[in-house]
Amino acid sequence: MRSDLAQFELVHAATVREACERLEAGYRPLAGGTDVMVMLSAGKLQQRRWVDVWGIDELRGIDVRPDSIALGSLTTYTDVRRHEILSREFPMLAQAASETGGIAIQNRGTLGGNIANASPAADSPPALLAYDAEVVLVSRTGTRRVPYASYHTGYKRTVAAPGEIIAQVVLPRSGERVHYYRKVGPRRAQAISKVCMAACAKMAGQRVASMRIALGGVAPTPVRAEEAERAIVAAEPLARVREALARAIAPIDDVRSTARYRRRVAENLLEELMGHVGLAS
Amino acid sequence: MADRVAFRVNGKPCAPQVHPMRRLLDVLREDLQLTGTKEGCGEGECGACAVLIDGKLVDSCLVPVGQVSGHEVITIEGLASGSTLSSIQQAFVEHGGAQCGICTPGMILAARELLDRVPHPVEGEIREALAGNICRCTGYTRIFASVVRAIEIERGGA
Repeated sequence: MRSDLAQFELVHAATVREACERLEAGYRPLAGGTDVMVMLSAGKLQQRRWVDVWGIDELRGIDVRPDSIALGSLTTYTDVRRHEILSREFPMLAQAASETGGIAIQNRGTLGGNIANASPAADSPPALLAYDAEVVLVSRTGTRRVPYASYHTGYKRTVAAPGEIIAQVVLPRSGERVHYYRKVGPRRAQAISKVCMAACAKMAGQRVASMRIALGGVAPTPVRAEEAERAIVAAEPLARVREALARAIAPIDDVRSTARYRRRVAENLLEELMGHVGLAS
Repeated sequence: MADRVAFRVNGKPCAPQVHPMRRLLDVLREDLQLTGTKEGCGEGECGACAVLIDGKLVDSCLVPVGQVSGHEVITIEGLASGSTLSSIQQAFVEHGGAQCGICTPGMILAARELLDRVPHPVEGEIREALAGNICRCTGYTRIFASVVRAIEIERGGA
């Protein structure tokens, strides 16, 4: 079913300020369109007024700083994949980017859009959580930095106020670490996740000194499994770590999978992760 | 709400009077009569509607036309010069890369973007470049062979 376009409005914004004025007035930002246009074609787009932010240069670019890398919210998956330093230091983000859609989608889908769309099944959020990312929100009255871990407040709900736009995603640079990222869908390419896990660990010899584990597709928002992280650092047995993980997730039955399958896969990924950091059972 | 959206298609300027949220796909097919671009799924899964915007492969069903204002769009109609096929088109003819033909324009443009970006792609790069384009006829083998042949042609081994 097609939407009647007469009900919709799309206005262009050339600057962040212009965009924020529109957002205050009830518009929503349209970037690469890879989610919004699908909803439009399906006749399921509730939001009527859109501001086109795709042409705002201030929201583009990847800025490598001594302690962090700041990615403009319009950074596309292609931009992520082609950036050498980013791919080397944050390989899970590059992997998430390469496993999201095909080239045509990667050329248009943006990191900011992936966050703002707030799908619990999105592929980059688990990597952003595991890397302890921060989100920079800009409004007409100022700028604030929010830990990505507290960005999503519920299913499709976020801390962003109506007049705020995601301007940047900031990734703190860290020393050497072990990365584990795996997306499980119905097929390897071009599929939406059933379950996705991203984890990174710092090792101290054979021991895990610190660990962050994040999952997508298993709760109303992307989630950290902090109790399981602590159990791994405390070198608790696999069964205990599994139990801790099970308490961190709340999967449901939906079009893509079942709660039971998602639980099983999440626990299996945990076991694979533990093998990956040398804690094989 | 209708704007005049000025952009270039296959090297020629155009400025249709359209709603800016209309899909580029529909403007190409219905307003500009460039029906080489096909609609498959309408949700960015199949690649049948792929075109190039400023040289980048995109699914035109997901692009609101307002966003191409001032940009350069290349469709399948823009590849041949007169009656001379482009190397990729020639290779698809030689190797039976097209059967029903619905996926073919998107496949050829996906291959074009690849060869512009990576002149000597390895097998994995070819597969990945075509992964966003679905074909229900060929089983992909002939499409893959066509792209390999196009690479040979472009290297000068006609």
